Amino acid sequence: MKSYFSELFTGAWSLILGLKVTIKTMFTPIVTVQYPREKLEITPNYRGHIDLIKDAETGTHKCISCGSCQRECPSDCIVVVGEKREGVKGKVLTKFTLDFTKCSLCGACVEVCPTKALDYSNEYELAGDARSDFYFDILKRVEERK
Amino acid sequence: METLHSILPELIRIVICAIGGAVIVFGNALVMGYAERKLAGHIMLRPGPMEVGWHGILQLVVDGIKLMGKQLVVPKQADKPLYMLAPILAFAPVFAPLLLIPFSDKLQGFDIDVGMLVILAFASINVLAILIGGWSSNNKYSLFGAFRSVAQNVAYEIPMLISLLAVVFMTNTFSLREIAAAQSPVWFVLLQPLAFLIYIVAMVAETNRAPFDLPEAESELTAGFHTEYSGMSFSLFVLGEYANMFIVCSVATVFFLGGSSGIPLPYFEYTGALWFLLKVYALMFFLVWIRWTYPRTRFDQLMNFCWKYLIPFSLVNLLITVVVVKLI
Repeated sequence: MKSYFSELFTGAWSLILGLKVTIKTMFTPIVTVQYPREKLEITPNYRGHIDLIKDAETGTHKCISCGSCQRECPSDCIVVVGEKREGVKGKVLTKFTLDFTKCSLCGACVEVCPTKALDYSNEYELAGDARSDFYFDILKRVEERK
Repeated sequence: METLHSILPELIRIVICAIGGAVIVFGNALVMGYAERKLAGHIMLRPGPMEVGWHGILQLVVDGIKLMGKQLVVPKQADKPLYMLAPILAFAPVFAPLLLIPFSDKLQGFDIDVGMLVILAFASINVLAILIGGWSSNNKYSLFGAFRSVAQNVAYEIPMLISLLAVVFMTNTFSLREIAAAQSPVWFVLLQPLAFLIYIVAMVAETNRAPFDLPEAESELTAGFHTEYSGMSFSLFVLGEYANMFIVCSVATVFFLGGSSGIPLPYFEYTGALWFLLKVYALMFFLVWIRWTYPRTRFDQLMNFCWKYLIPFSLVNLLITVVVVKLI
C-alpha cells in the first residue's frame, strides 16, 4: 500500500520535471541555420580540395611547374604542365587540373610543394550531377579569384 | 442565438450552426496542425515549418491541397465498403457535439437537458471508426492498432465519466450551459482538482494522443490503424482527431474552467467566446506540450494506470463529493 502511493507521487513529480525541461527548451533560441539562405563560417582548418594560393605581392600563384605534386600524388589525379617562354626565368604554368573524383584528400601534394604554392580550399558545396563537374581547373580558379 | 431564434426560421438557424461547426472543424485543424508542428520544432530546438509563407504559416494549406490531390489506394484484400466508411465515421460525428458546446452565454447551437451525455456518446463513435478502419484494412499493424484503441478507449471512458459525474452531482444538471453558469463565483477546477486531473489524463487517452498514442505507435505499428489509408481518407482521420481534441478540451473548459466566464468585455453574451476559446487553446497547448515531452507508455502500464489508479481515485472522489453535497 505504501509503495502504491509513493510510486504515484514520485511518478507525478518526474512528469512535472519533464514538463519543466521541455518548456525551458521551447524558449531557448533556435540553433538551426537556414542553410541555403544562411551559411556558417568555415574554419580555416577545413581541408577541402587543393587550391593554388594567390600571392599578395605578385598577384599570381607561386607554382614553378616542377611537377612534384603530380609525381607525389598516390591517386594520380593531378596534372601539371608548364612551358619555357622567352625572357621569363623558369617555366610558366599553363595547366593545373585536379580530378576530384579520384582525390583522397591525403594532402601529400601540399606537403611536397617546394614553394608552398598549394593549400586546402574552404570549398564544401560540392554537389554535382555529372562526373565532369569534379574535374577542377585549379589554374583557372586562381586566376578568377579576387 | 436566442435573439436569432425569434427572427429567423429554425431551418436557417440549423444551416448557420452547421456552417459554424464546419468552420470550427477545419479552422481548428489548420491552426492546430500548424501550432503542433511549430511547437514540436521549438521544443526540439528547431524552427519547424519555415518555407511556405511567413514562418511557414501557409504550410497546412499546401499540405491540404496535396492530400486532396492524392489517390485513394484501397488494398486488394481490404473490405472495401467498410474501408471507405471508416474515415467518414471518424469525421462525421464530430459536428454534433460542436452544436451543443456553449461558447458564450448566447453562442450555442442547441441547449438540451442531456448535453453531456450526447457529447460523450458521439465522442465514443470514434472508437468504432478506428476499429472498422483497422479491421477492414486487412493489415496486421492496422488490426493491432484497432485492438489497442478499443481496449484503451473503453477503459479510459470510465474514469472520464466518473470524474465528470462528480461535477454533475454538484450542479444537478447535464445541461452544459447550466454547468458553465454554475461556476460564476469559483471554477470547479478549484473545488474538484482531482476530478480535473483525472479528466485531463483520460482526455489524452481518449483522443489517442501521446503518451497514450498506442493505436498509432509508429515505432511498433508503422502508423497503426491508418497504415493503409492515403490522401483524403487519411486526412479525415486527422481532421477527426483534431476536432475531437477541440471537443474534449471544450468539455474540460465547460466543466472545470468556468466556460466563457472571465474579465467582462463589451457585448459579453457573445464576446465571452473569446475567453472560452482562450481556455480551450490553453488546454490544447498543454496536450501538444505533453505529447512532445513524454515517451509512449507500454500497453500494460497504460491499462494498469487506468484500472489501478484512475478508476479507484475517481470513485473515491465521487463518493466524497456525494457525501459533501448531501451534508451541505
